Amino acid sequence: MKAVSVEHIIKTYPDKKQTITALNDISFEVSKGELFGIIGPDGAGKTSLFRILTTLLLPDSGKATVEGFDTEKDYKAIRKISGYMPGRFSLYQDLSVIENLQFFATIFNTSVEENYDLIKDIYSQIEPFKHRRAGKLSGGMKQKLALSCALIHRPTILFLDEPTTGVDAVSRKEFWEMLKRLKEQGITILVSTPYMDEAGMCDRVALMQSGSILTIDTPEKIVTSFKHTLWGVRANQMYRLLNDLKAMPEVSHAYPSGIYHHVILKNGTEKQLLQQYLEGKGHAELELIQSVPTIEDCFMNLMEHTDA
Amino acid sequence: MKQFLSFVKKEFLHIWRDKRTLFILLGMPMVQIIIFGFALTNEVKNSQIAVLDQSKDAATVSLIQELNASLYFDVAQQLTSSSEIEAAFRKGKIKMVVVIPQHFGDDLQHNNKASVQLIADASDPNVANTLTNYASAVIMDYQNRITQQAKLPYTIKAEIRMLYNPQLKGAYNFVPGVMAMVLLLVCTMMTAITIVREKEMGTMEIMLVSPMKPQMVVFSKAVPYLLLSVVNIASILLLSTYVLEVPINGSLVLLVGESILFTLVSLSLGLLISSAAGSQQTAMFISLVGMFLPTIMLSGFMFPIENMPLPLRTVSNIVPAKWYYIIVRSVMIKGVGLKDVWKETVILTGMMLFFLTVAVKRFKIRLQ
Repeated sequence: MKAVSVEHIIKTYPDKKQTITALNDISFEVSKGELFGIIGPDGAGKTSLFRILTTLLLPDSGKATVEGFDTEKDYKAIRKISGYMPGRFSLYQDLSVIENLQFFATIFNTSVEENYDLIKDIYSQIEPFKHRRAGKLSGGMKQKLALSCALIHRPTILFLDEPTTGVDAVSRKEFWEMLKRLKEQGITILVSTPYMDEAGMCDRVALMQSGSILTIDTPEKIVTSFKHTLWGVRANQMYRLLNDLKAMPEVSHAYPSGIYHHVILKNGTEKQLLQQYLEGKGHAELELIQSVPTIEDCFMNLMEHTDA
Repeated sequence: MKQFLSFVKKEFLHIWRDKRTLFILLGMPMVQIIIFGFALTNEVKNSQIAVLDQSKDAATVSLIQELNASLYFDVAQQLTSSSEIEAAFRKGKIKMVVVIPQHFGDDLQHNNKASVQLIADASDPNVANTLTNYASAVIMDYQNRITQQAKLPYTIKAEIRMLYNPQLKGAYNFVPGVMAMVLLLVCTMMTAITIVREKEMGTMEIMLVSPMKPQMVVFSKAVPYLLLSVVNIASILLLSTYVLEVPINGSLVLLVGESILFTLVSLSLGLLISSAAGSQQTAMFISLVGMFLPTIMLSGFMFPIENMPLPLRTVSNIVPAKWYYIIVRSVMIKGVGLKDVWKETVILTGMMLFFLTVAVKRFKIRLQ
């Protein structure tokens, strides 16, 4: 039995004139004990998907199960076994750290002491501030508290909706380390993030865009499936460079990526042609290197293909 | 049960940590009682009255002097015919007209019996009532004094006529009104707002994804406000008894019991509003416009219901505060027992059950 199974889920929201399709025929499965990432930009449908899996929303059509329980019929069973951390910090700001933790422990019929071993690793970092009001914590500490609260009842499956959004780079790294340790305890973890660079931390990832899944695979396989040669280009005038790259007929697509612009050339086009073209446009300090594709490059590539 | 207690404890912490709101919730009833109290105890002094003396004899002159000499009245105008009465009132300064009929002195001397008519402007029923009472007292004094000098008792009959509002039903007592208002504000508005706040803050989302029963979330919100209301009921009753000297003529137990019943009605209304409102502003708006205004306007507290047109009178029946107001007035002022207010009690209980059922039915187990 899979930890999560989603079959042909469609979810739309009525708007003033047209309906907005948040999830457009989504299907995937997550195995037990897997750290599964759902990666996509804002508006891809990540939160809608999480809310359907946590029984907070009903899909228009399709079926989803969590640990074998149907999200519509057996919602009570799912609510007992899952831990959920919404995208927005959703704890009581006027209660202290320890009060929040104790409250969530009690409503799940357990106590902080009973499951302390599970959260010790995370909670010990914020324990020195346990009498501080939750609203006064820093972003990273808030996330740790929210994770502790989601874990306090020893869930078998954890839903984390954009846990690292708005958190500094160091805290983000720490957060992923914590998730890895939780995974070792056998907890299935579904995590969504808009940051492509976090994909590598997951066992498998689903790349999402506009309510559809572009691909599902391990991060390594997604990267190796990138069949094109990727070029990194930089020059002294980056904006003009990008416009010139996009204007070149032999360029398949070009987009900014860090300090370089990433360029994919149409089949059979040589590096020299690109170099000559750009020099002809008068770009100074031109640098042209072959880049190693990342998840982001795969995402951009897949996105272009679905758009076309 | 442990879950429930923990939830209630959390609610108390919310209230306790928000000192400003707590202060307002507990201070408001006291301030209101004192403001209304002093508005009422402001005595009617030096009111301008007019006299239509159709007799003009020794007795009437001394009676008018008597009235003029009192602190309360100022004889500002002497009228010459009854047709001037209406005009005098219309100008607005004259609050009361004393009409002394012809042969007043003769009647008093020979029949030992005479009558005086007091016509009051009852568009403000309180003032009218006070003035006629004072005038009757002054006339009674006068009567007693002249009786001492005579062998047979004299009787001067004061005939009172209230202009514009003959039944004088608006003679309100503000304590029941303030109680209804405060309880409604604390319970309905605050409960509605706190539940909607959970939705706004996103905590409801986590709460839903927990084994906790939705009804429990709702009920545990109500407990702290019920207790807060009991404190308010106590402070209002203490203030009105000891500071304003409004007596509690009926059973205190019955009065408190009925107040708790009304509190429960308000709480269930608040829960109902919270199930419909999406934001704290909406919740506050519905509570204020939908509950607070009807309570002031249609409960009989400010304006007598009997004087309203039929449609408004009909609408007033669905305002819970109207029934509570009747109960408190009857129990507190008239001193009646449960057997005289059972009908209103049944209506309030019915309303509470109705609101509560709808609120629990409407409580969403999901976000949409």
